[in-house]
Amino acid sequence: MSLDKNTAVSVDPQLQHFIEVETQKQRFQFLVHGLTDTCWELCVDKPSSRLDNRTENCLNNCVERFIDTTNFIVNRLEKTQQFAAVSSDLSFE
Amino acid sequence: MESTLSSGQLSGVQKDELMEQVKQQIAVANAQELLTKMTEKCFKKCINKPGTSLDSSEQKCVAMCMDRYMDAWNLVSKAYSNRLQRERHRV
Repeated sequence: MSLDKNTAVSVDPQLQHFIEVETQKQRFQFLVHGLTDTCWELCVDKPSSRLDNRTENCLNNCVERFIDTTNFIVNRLEKTQQFAAVSSDLSFE
Repeated sequence: MESTLSSGQLSGVQKDELMEQVKQQIAVANAQELLTKMTEKCFKKCINKPGTSLDSSEQKCVAMCMDRYMDAWNLVSKAYSNRLQRERHRV
């Protein structure tokens, strides 16, 4: 799909808002796909008739610790001067 | 129907149609991603030695695995969204 050259000057606010919201939603979905993949590998042994408490706990902890790790890495990288220059738009949200 | 995307020229109805189409395409992409992951995970869990057919115990395992994968997906989604909310309050 190609956008008309002069669309840049007159962006439809309703469409712009729509795209922003959908992009945000999709970023969330994308992360959930990835996290489910990672945490499934770590927490689920043999699929049974329901997720037991231990598995549910493990999945919750897995999500929390993954985000902790992301934050930790971002924070630590921010402290190194060279990285700060290129990482201005890096945050996990 | 016009095919160019010059903003301001679209009628309200055209905009609604466009947004509806985009939403549908996103939904299809998400379903495909889920299908791909689910197949990969459940194949790995349930088919240890591929035989000449998908036997009934393998089918049962795959069916159960699919349901559990959905449970896990929903749980992860909720946990992640709760965490996001907490992070926002913290700032």
